[in-house]
Amino acid sequence: MAVTHVQTTLNGDEINFLCEPRQSLLEVLRDVLGMTGTKEGCNDGNCGACTVIMDGRIVDSCLVLGVEAKGADITTIEGMASPEGLHPLQQSFLENAALQCGICTPGFLLASKSLLDQEPDADEGRIRHWLAGNLCRCTGYDKIVRAVLQVSKAK
Amino acid sequence: MTSNQVLSEIEYNVVGKRPVRPDGVDKVTGRARYGADTNQTGTLQAKVLRSPFPHARIKSINTSKAEAFPGVRAVITAKDLPLASLSKAELGNEYAGLKAASDHMLASDKVLFKGHPVAAVAAVNAHVAESALALIEIEYEELESVVDVREAMKDGAPLVHEDLRTNDMGVTADKPSNVATHMSYSTGDVEKGFAEADLVLEREYTTATVHQGYIEPHNSTAFWNSDGQLNIWTSTQGTFTVRASVANVLRLPVSQIKVTPMEIGGGFGGKITAYLDAIAAVLSKKSGVPVRALMTRSEVFEASGPAPASWMRVKIGVKNNGKMTTVETDMAMDAGAYPGSPVMQAIVCAFACYDVENGKVDGYDVVVNKPKTAAYRAPGSPQAAFAVESLIDEICGQLKIDPIEFRLLNAAKEGTRRIEGPVARRIGLVECLEAARNHDHYKTKLEGANSGRGVACGYWPNRGFQSSVVMTVNYDGVVSLIMGSVDIGGTRASIAQQTAETLGIAYEDVKPTIVDTDSIGYTFITGGSRTSFATGWAAIDAAEDVKGQMISRAAKIWDTSEDDIEYVNGGVSHKSDEELKFSFKDLARQLATTGGSITGRSSVDPTGEGNGYAVHIADVTVDPDTGKTDVTRFTAIQDAGKAVHPSYVEGQMQGGAVQGIGWALNEEYFFDDQGKMMNPTFLDYRMPTSLDLPMIDTVIVEVANPGHPYGVRGVGEAAICPPMAAVGNAVAGATGHRMRSLPITPGKILEATWENGKG
Repeated sequence: MAVTHVQTTLNGDEINFLCEPRQSLLEVLRDVLGMTGTKEGCNDGNCGACTVIMDGRIVDSCLVLGVEAKGADITTIEGMASPEGLHPLQQSFLENAALQCGICTPGFLLASKSLLDQEPDADEGRIRHWLAGNLCRCTGYDKIVRAVLQVSKAK
Repeated sequence: MTSNQVLSEIEYNVVGKRPVRPDGVDKVTGRARYGADTNQTGTLQAKVLRSPFPHARIKSINTSKAEAFPGVRAVITAKDLPLASLSKAELGNEYAGLKAASDHMLASDKVLFKGHPVAAVAAVNAHVAESALALIEIEYEELESVVDVREAMKDGAPLVHEDLRTNDMGVTADKPSNVATHMSYSTGDVEKGFAEADLVLEREYTTATVHQGYIEPHNSTAFWNSDGQLNIWTSTQGTFTVRASVANVLRLPVSQIKVTPMEIGGGFGGKITAYLDAIAAVLSKKSGVPVRALMTRSEVFEASGPAPASWMRVKIGVKNNGKMTTVETDMAMDAGAYPGSPVMQAIVCAFACYDVENGKVDGYDVVVNKPKTAAYRAPGSPQAAFAVESLIDEICGQLKIDPIEFRLLNAAKEGTRRIEGPVARRIGLVECLEAARNHDHYKTKLEGANSGRGVACGYWPNRGFQSSVVMTVNYDGVVSLIMGSVDIGGTRASIAQQTAETLGIAYEDVKPTIVDTDSIGYTFITGGSRTSFATGWAAIDAAEDVKGQMISRAAKIWDTSEDDIEYVNGGVSHKSDEELKFSFKDLARQLATTGGSITGRSSVDPTGEGNGYAVHIADVTVDPDTGKTDVTRFTAIQDAGKAVHPSYVEGQMQGGAVQGIGWALNEEYFFDDQGKMMNPTFLDYRMPTSLDLPMIDTVIVEVANPGHPYGVRGVGEAAICPPMAAVGNAVAGATGHRMRSLPITPGKILEATWENGKG
């Protein structure tokens, strides 16, 4: 099948890739670019495990085509920590035991980052509402919500 | 308002603390490698062709067009499995078991559920493999199917297996049936007990098929090397069970297979059965390169192992003072397409919370045209708890007795004998009930219209089984902890903590690694609430082995007898010469020049039960116009024995509670009358989201398990048992309607309201 050339910004770096028109951004990230931190849970936009931030908005990367990434600015879990260390949310998730199996964690972290980037003082209700697009089956959400609350300015 | 309490009896240095888990950083940075992240050079992608019919005979399969499709490297059907070339006579007693296992993986003559694998393709990518599936031609003869467990038990029901005969307590029936097994246990005199009762209530309950709902779909990558060695990388709860299962179906010696555990994205019992591994292996053998198979979410719903739907009748007799005189139940569970529902555990757990003199329990394992069920967190017990705990709530209402007082009056305690035999050692149900009674939640008055509060108990035996651990002492004093138990929810931490506690060293000085089946002794699954308990125990024993060797080494260095040396406070010291002592690290530094490293090892097989009890309190409000139930407050109380890592114990309690809330209110497989699942996506199979829930408050009760060095009981499962009844009892309080069928949907509540005229 014919492939398309895509130039995009991924975790701050300008990159190029080739993909088939039918390939999702999730597939491109995992299978073309080898960035397996973004997880597949359902491939139909219902679990949020493949959440990435695209041009400032959270999207399910399984519902975005690879070719749609052209000219976009994308952040994946691989771009969340910095040479200085973990992002405060990553640190909070660790300290609050906000993960058990960890498969949904990258998606939750990016969704939480996106929320606090826009609303640094999000409260419990707002956090629960915002994270409703991400499924976690291990924790019952309690420790995830607490971990995000700890980083939020709303205490 | 309280949130997380720990009621401790004994404090330790490391056990009971809350360190960051060793695999944590990799899991928050996306670096942890799960099964689907496996990438061996030159890997092909596999797709499985599945039956569109719940019940049909396979008349012919033609794969030639798929084989000729560009990019396809291998196509397999049941003809490629060893069963196809083995005769019934050759296999003897093994035949039935092998045929079921082999057919479950790839059907040979009949398909028994929608989604049953029939063929598989390996191709250069998943899209090509999927296109090739459409070219496989299969001729089916559709058969009438049976979906409902009670319909399947009737004479004249369509037979799922023509040759299945009921095993009735060891006696095989003479005609075929969908009832695979009937089991029955009793104690005391049931009739006399009912005659002595002042109140006897009898009710029927049903529960729907539900799924574990782990977020990571099943996956397996296999490479059958040209030297005959088969390598498998997979997300599984048990590498050794995958190895045994693949060895059985492919007729290989177990040691010809190496299973490497990848990180696992949830299991809850559903990732014990090996669905894809042997398929990927045979495709690899045929293509000569590694093959990776991944399930889609719909495949996970339709063709992995959900938890059974059930029908239950419960009858209980009580005196006016609330003392139970007799209990009785019949429970039938649908096993799915092959026998093996957890109905035995259901009847074992049904009345395990109570000390009753007379009781009778009967269980029926029934096959239907649905996917073969698998374990789901305390398999069998949640359904049973829903029935029994709902009926007890109804009895409490009629007798006007507080539901916690009623349970305290009848609670199982040390010495209580269960109906099928075992006598409890020290258990903590009474302490859990007292903690519930004393909790701010229970003491706070329920307020607001249309609100209700429910209480329920739950039980899981928590057994041991085999685990192996090896540990080496590095020359810097750090201990490498090597084990075969995969880590689903923090067991690297909990086992490292038990190791550090035993050695008297820092948690940070224990470095856990989970290894493949060639690199450690047999280790049973991560499941059954056993890992922190049994693998923890193996680590304690291996650490004791290290301590003994550290003493020997010090004796050699000091040129004295081992008897003169003791291991105290994380080091060795001479009993009579105060000058002679080594910290663990100081002695470790001496190892290189005094004979080399030290390796401790242990394989354990602990018997007996840990006995996990949980008590939950749920507050709900029910919208009278829509029938929608909201859980407004929830408290989970559980006896952990000793919580090794309280945060992860709380996590198990909260996670189990929320799965139970989903089971209570939302989750359900919708089947059409022929057995096709109508809702195989997370959109339509509605699991709880963060928006649906309050915080889940916890109380960890610690009544030490006499059967473990640190008193650990295991905590993973008991927490899913009480929520359905706790929520149902709360709904009854809010609406006046007793819901006896799960899930308690808005529709069912409205129907009850309309029929009974309240609201």
